[in-house]
Amino acid sequence: MKFNSILIVFLVFISINLPAAEHIVNDGELIQDALRKAASGDVIKVMPGTYKETIYIDKENITLSGVIVKGERPLLDGENTRNDGILAAGHGVVIENFLIKHYKANGIMTQGANNFIIRNNIVVGTSVYGIFPQFGKNGLVSHNILSKVEDAAIYVGMCDNVDVVYNETFDSVMGIETENSHNILIEGNYMHDNAVGFVASLVPGLPIKTAKNTLVRNNFILNNNIDNFAPPGAIAAGLPSGVGAFIFAADEARFEGNIISDNVSAGIVFADHASFSANAPPDPAMDPRPDKGQVLSNVFVNNGSAPKDDIAALLEAAGIKRGPDILSTGKGRKNCVQNRASIIEAGTERWSECAADITTSDIKSFQLEKPIKSAALTLEQKGRITYLSVCTGCHTYASVIIGPPIVALQAKYAGKPEELVKYIKKPTKNWPGFPEMPPQNYLPDDVLLETARYVLELKP
Amino acid sequence: MAFTAALKFRGGALALLPLLLFQVFPVSSADFFELNDHCPPSFEKLANGTCELRSLYEFYNSPTGFGGLKTRLPEHQGGYTPQQIDLGRYLFFDPVLSGDNSQSCASCHQPDKGFSDGLARSIGAKGKQLERSAPSLWNVGFLTSLFWDGREKDLRAQARGPLFNEHEMNNSEAQLEQSLNNMADYRRLFVNAFPGIEKITTNEITLALAAFQSSLVSLNSRYDRYAHGDETALTEEEKTGHTVFRSFVTRCSQCHTPPLFTNQQLAVTAAPEPEGKEFDVGAELILGYAQYRGAFKVPGLRNIDLTAPYMHSGALADLQAVVTFYNDERGHAVTGEELQLHWHLVNPGLGEDEEKALIAFLFSLRDETNKPVTPLHVPSGLPVSFDKPALTAQNLNRGN
Repeated sequence: MKFNSILIVFLVFISINLPAAEHIVNDGELIQDALRKAASGDVIKVMPGTYKETIYIDKENITLSGVIVKGERPLLDGENTRNDGILAAGHGVVIENFLIKHYKANGIMTQGANNFIIRNNIVVGTSVYGIFPQFGKNGLVSHNILSKVEDAAIYVGMCDNVDVVYNETFDSVMGIETENSHNILIEGNYMHDNAVGFVASLVPGLPIKTAKNTLVRNNFILNNNIDNFAPPGAIAAGLPSGVGAFIFAADEARFEGNIISDNVSAGIVFADHASFSANAPPDPAMDPRPDKGQVLSNVFVNNGSAPKDDIAALLEAAGIKRGPDILSTGKGRKNCVQNRASIIEAGTERWSECAADITTSDIKSFQLEKPIKSAALTLEQKGRITYLSVCTGCHTYASVIIGPPIVALQAKYAGKPEELVKYIKKPTKNWPGFPEMPPQNYLPDDVLLETARYVLELKP
Repeated sequence: MAFTAALKFRGGALALLPLLLFQVFPVSSADFFELNDHCPPSFEKLANGTCELRSLYEFYNSPTGFGGLKTRLPEHQGGYTPQQIDLGRYLFFDPVLSGDNSQSCASCHQPDKGFSDGLARSIGAKGKQLERSAPSLWNVGFLTSLFWDGREKDLRAQARGPLFNEHEMNNSEAQLEQSLNNMADYRRLFVNAFPGIEKITTNEITLALAAFQSSLVSLNSRYDRYAHGDETALTEEEKTGHTVFRSFVTRCSQCHTPPLFTNQQLAVTAAPEPEGKEFDVGAELILGYAQYRGAFKVPGLRNIDLTAPYMHSGALADLQAVVTFYNDERGHAVTGEELQLHWHLVNPGLGEDEEKALIAFLFSLRDETNKPVTPLHVPSGLPVSFDKPALTAQNLNRGN
């Protein structure tokens, strides 16, 4: 028993320490070709040059790393004709050191990938988002520089536990946006000269029905006053320009230690769905109000000097001339602000003073301490699940549906599960009268072996 | 032996039919209809006797609601016994469920047509054309939003819709219960599936129908093999199409989110109506918000190549027409309506090759391995036929 567990630990140890192969891509070659050859866990090094392709990464733990030579990075050029720069669906992806320009949609997008790292990239002039992790848990977006993006430069969509730190975003509709996400740290970023610096939103009509716990800390949110140039129809097109930070129905947005200055409409706006519903339908499954927001100790300087767009209309209707540091519309609950006496407020009658000793300084990161593993299943469970989910479509214990019955396999492979695995991975047509079986070679050997054992021991 | 048993169960008036059937399909058991004791493919029988779905997507780890290549599926609404599932299969194919005994669930949800019927809009009671097309039932056990307008949350409640809608199966609760209670085979099968019941009620009927439909699982397509790591499972063209599908230019995957290929939300896409048909306001009627005028639930795309024509009223003949529709100017196909189009509708500007690759990818979502066996006969003795309503004087009063 003890020996077994030592053996298992040893096997796990060697399996996660298989040497990662390195693939070098030179100017004139295709990055996707290298990815085709790569195995999960490999490193792709891309030398400076111009790469005109859309890259997809479906394998796991791939590191796609640009090599910067004397300041020159590999350029992914969309030439305004290609769709996206990099689409990554494999868990544990690392994307770094690229210059990405002129894609019709996104620069870098992850879809359903956990444990991602996107760092030290420069993204210019993409038509939707610059960097867009979606449906991911546990990730890092750091040290990227993004500009001229027609929606949010960095967009964290329906993600949990992501740190967005030390990035610069400018000349975009939004600097950084989080959407229907949970436990997101926005720290040390420089968001300037966008239409809106930062947005935390609960977007209606999406499958994730809450947005909670966004910590916005120690950022520079300056001079976000350019006209909103999002295409009509996009939800972003409804955002008023001149706003430092905009909280759209998201709960538990906390601000501490930021410098928020020279945003001409307002410093921070807290709004409910009804206040800005132009392009978003009501969602009966969502709470449309921003609750439990905390504006702690921040530096507000010269915000609201010349309100624009909907903010101007809203303030005018209320008989207010100057834009405030904090503007609240709609009926958010349990929001508070520290050191109220120093701050220009509007619409915050329902807000309270936060306790003076509240601070977020104990929070270092929202990333998880360890990467998310696949589901915690034993090998026995994996073997059984594989048999039931894949094999039973064609095999039953004693009768024939498509493939031979399990009893026949048990007779043929009794005591030889390894032989059965060989067959499963590379079937040949050796059962007269039955169609050829498709190869099931995509599962790890240990899972296939356990599946074979399960099949051979199956009882009626 | 079989012949006398049949006589015992069916009564003299029906004696000829069983005789005929048994000549073609001789059985040795006294009970012609028996319920399966095994769970359907892909299901594991638990110690408590119910069937639970097993899928390779269980290997992955992601919060509920997340979608992607290697993410978990939404929760499957199961918990039924093999007997309940198999009883549901007989009911599903039995025309006795309709008011005039002419149509079964399978009339509009045909197994060989992706559990739709190949029609733009289905034909209901008295040969009348309905307002919307029959949705596919593959993977319906994962859904918590049912009907095109999403008005029901679970399959049992959903089943009451077509059963008792005067334009669809046009039955009544009283007639449905009475007709099944009058059939010895059904009485025996229901007691087998629901031990202890004294009489058959709509509750058991809808539960069995839900049980059967929850077993219609399609998760072993070539796409799935690719998702689990088999790079050879898709052709290069399909891989290109996959990347077009999930690109943010088309944004297909934003609403048709894998692995289920639907996020189950409502969306206003301004799909056209067939010529001459009035605009369908969709979920606006249910939710009461003008922003949902013309909104319909995002359908899943598993086995999508089998379910033409497409969209809520079947106005688009094939997948090429669907792709052309989305590749064109947003909102172009509906005029004279103020619609708040879904923000993910954009003008993708796909080239011909990209359109072709996208369609090729959609074909890779085909998997019918778990297609259930259509029973040759059903306990009412009515013919199992889904091609046309079988309205004959002979079978009109069958079972009474």
